Amino acid sequence: MNVIKSLTQNKVAMVGFGILFMFVVIALFGPYLYDGSPWRMVQRPFLPPFQNSNYILGTDTLGRDVLAGLIYGARISLLVGLVSTTIALLIGIPLGAYAGYYGGWVDEVLMRFTEIFQTVPSFALAVVLVAIFEPSVYSITGAIAIVSWPPVARLVRGEFLSLRSQEYVLAAKLNGQTNRNIIMREILPNSLSPIIVLASLMVASAILLESSLSFLGLGDPEIMSWGYMIGAAKTVIRQAWWLSFIPGIAIAITVLSLNLLGEGLNEALNPKLSGKRES
Amino acid sequence: MKKIIMGAVIACLPFTSSAYAEDPQEGGTINVVVQPEPPSLMIGMYSNATTQQVGGNIFEGLMRYDKDLNPHPLLATAWENSEDGKTWTFHLKEGVVWHDGKPFTSADVVFSIDKLLRETNARLRGSLAFVDSITAPDDYTVVFQLNQPFGPFIRLFEVGTTPMLPKHIYAGTDYKLNPANHHPIGTGPFVFKEWKKGSFIHLAKNENYHVKGLPHIDELYWHVIPDAASRSVAFETGKIDVLPGGSVENFDVPRLTELDNACVTTDGWEFFSPHAWLWLNNRQGPTSDKRFRQAVMYSMDREFAKSVLWNDYGKIAKGPVGSKTKFYDDSLPNYEYNPEKAKALLAEMGYDGTPVRLMAMPYGETWQRWTEVIKQNLEEVGIKTQIVSTDVAGWNQKIGDWDYDISFTYLYQYGDPALGVSRTYLSNNIAKGSPWNNAEGYVNKQVDQWFNEAAVAFPDAKRAELYSKAQHQIVEDVPVAWLMELEFPTIYNCKVQNLVDSAIGVNDAFGTAWIKQ
Repeated sequence: MNVIKSLTQNKVAMVGFGILFMFVVIALFGPYLYDGSPWRMVQRPFLPPFQNSNYILGTDTLGRDVLAGLIYGARISLLVGLVSTTIALLIGIPLGAYAGYYGGWVDEVLMRFTEIFQTVPSFALAVVLVAIFEPSVYSITGAIAIVSWPPVARLVRGEFLSLRSQEYVLAAKLNGQTNRNIIMREILPNSLSPIIVLASLMVASAILLESSLSFLGLGDPEIMSWGYMIGAAKTVIRQAWWLSFIPGIAIAITVLSLNLLGEGLNEALNPKLSGKRES
Repeated sequence: MKKIIMGAVIACLPFTSSAYAEDPQEGGTINVVVQPEPPSLMIGMYSNATTQQVGGNIFEGLMRYDKDLNPHPLLATAWENSEDGKTWTFHLKEGVVWHDGKPFTSADVVFSIDKLLRETNARLRGSLAFVDSITAPDDYTVVFQLNQPFGPFIRLFEVGTTPMLPKHIYAGTDYKLNPANHHPIGTGPFVFKEWKKGSFIHLAKNENYHVKGLPHIDELYWHVIPDAASRSVAFETGKIDVLPGGSVENFDVPRLTELDNACVTTDGWEFFSPHAWLWLNNRQGPTSDKRFRQAVMYSMDREFAKSVLWNDYGKIAKGPVGSKTKFYDDSLPNYEYNPEKAKALLAEMGYDGTPVRLMAMPYGETWQRWTEVIKQNLEEVGIKTQIVSTDVAGWNQKIGDWDYDISFTYLYQYGDPALGVSRTYLSNNIAKGSPWNNAEGYVNKQVDQWFNEAAVAFPDAKRAELYSKAQHQIVEDVPVAWLMELEFPTIYNCKVQNLVDSAIGVNDAFGTAWIKQ
């Protein structure tokens, strides 16, 4: 397939994919390979990295293994990122599709509704939502989904607006196909590529949002996450900078890899861009 | 009637002035950290530590106490006890005015103690059970008629326990909803100016203060800085002059005390001797089983918490009474760290893995970390634990509504078990709505009896014997899981002079403090 071929030829995108793949493997299998809870106090507190071969990244303020925290944190970061993006897509795509396809008052109503969410700063809204529903992995995922679907709706609406007057759509209409069929079978598949690109970037921003919430102490208190690790270490940043630095690097690399991959997907899926690359 | 006259001989307020040869300088502003932001400044209705810290400089009690817990005159100039020990007569200072200009009289004293505080202050209510009547024969005399001699009576009149509140503002109103709660009116050295929620509380010098020449400073700002690292930085940069005990991360204490110009003291906590424990809900769930509660005691590695979280300040608590408080019994058995014993107890009771909720105390990072340590300790002996986080108001409410399984607290001892200890264990002190009474729901009639007899027993040896019995029984029953006797170092800029000069430290410190230019 063209897309995959074009993607595999894009070195930058493959670097992103490779890093991301590594984190996915860590998230999936790490907890089974690396025994012990990330909350266990295993060594003296403030053990610097690379001093004790059992705890290669050192220990935190309570003597908990930083590496274990990273591994478990990868799991929660990716999980929240993927699930919240999926929910956001499930809200945003139908709304955008209906608004774009039908136009008129349907469009007006749905877009005004979308704008309500767009006018509120997304991070502030997420903080409020999590605070109201008590911090848990569900409320955090839900809050991130709720603040991140509007761009999807806007994008899908734009695609539908431009595609709905295409000849193949008109042909399908003349053919007597139902509106539902036209939306699902004709237009949606043709507007998928920008959605996929957007989705990959949304996963990245969802990971950042989750980390920011945990950093502020609004994380699920039951779950070790990267944001929590940084938040818990910020008071001791003078004594133990590595406690903030290590999970910070993990977040940065993951988000970077998703961005690289998203960029690569964009180039591979967009015929104009990939054409330019080859010429 | 022969009377024992006390007080009049030592009737000058700044009772440590002899220790300071220098003359105090006038003027200036002191910036203090308040952590966490108090829910209210109404000291008569909220017992939160920070309500007392700020409110104690606005309101006053009848007396102040020095570091040996001896009473000194404040709003009362002298007091006498009758020969049978049952009648206490207080003589009030004349010419004292409230911040709104109205005179302070015996009617305010009677109203504050007999009406308002009797209703709102569970801890005082316990002591007032020994008081038959409070009367005001004239504007400046108050007579307490006790039904029997009550040893700790003379230690009841510190501002946090028995603040004097204005009758003309509160009489006949719904105390909780009175608008004056937002603009407190006291007799203290500072008047309330402004409270910018989330930012600062501003108090200013009371120009009509009844002690001539006090206070020395003009302005007092209590800053709300929610982040612990920022509080430390604010002290380092000089924005903050005083860090009351417990307001910075324990991790930061060694670094801050080494700064030039930083002074540190652990004084000013003698009256309180804060005692930390875990509330265990005795009514429902696994925590209603005594064996489970004992297992909690054995599961906790308290030495670890003390050294890692508290820089080795403080002492492991053996039981309900602090070691600095009177009638502490050192012969109590100790619950050492013993996970195996905890597991055995859980197996014996047939603990089925029902999860328990562990509610964190929103008093900063140390407590958050401590919650995580306790959770880990509990999980390692097989107790499934879920951490619940909340804010200060929600925490007060959930404890008061008994909507918890395990939660943290630390409460003050007030120098005498009858004042600071029995309130947590007496079954007649179970009342929904307050997080400072017997909120765990412990009922043991025998313990009730020992406590009640000990409060009025005579002489002290008799009291000690009864308190020992009560302590042994309570330690066996583990109604709450004791953690530590806390010690909070107060860190302050050395330019602030005469800061801590009473047994309640910064809670009433600023009336006598001054700044060296």
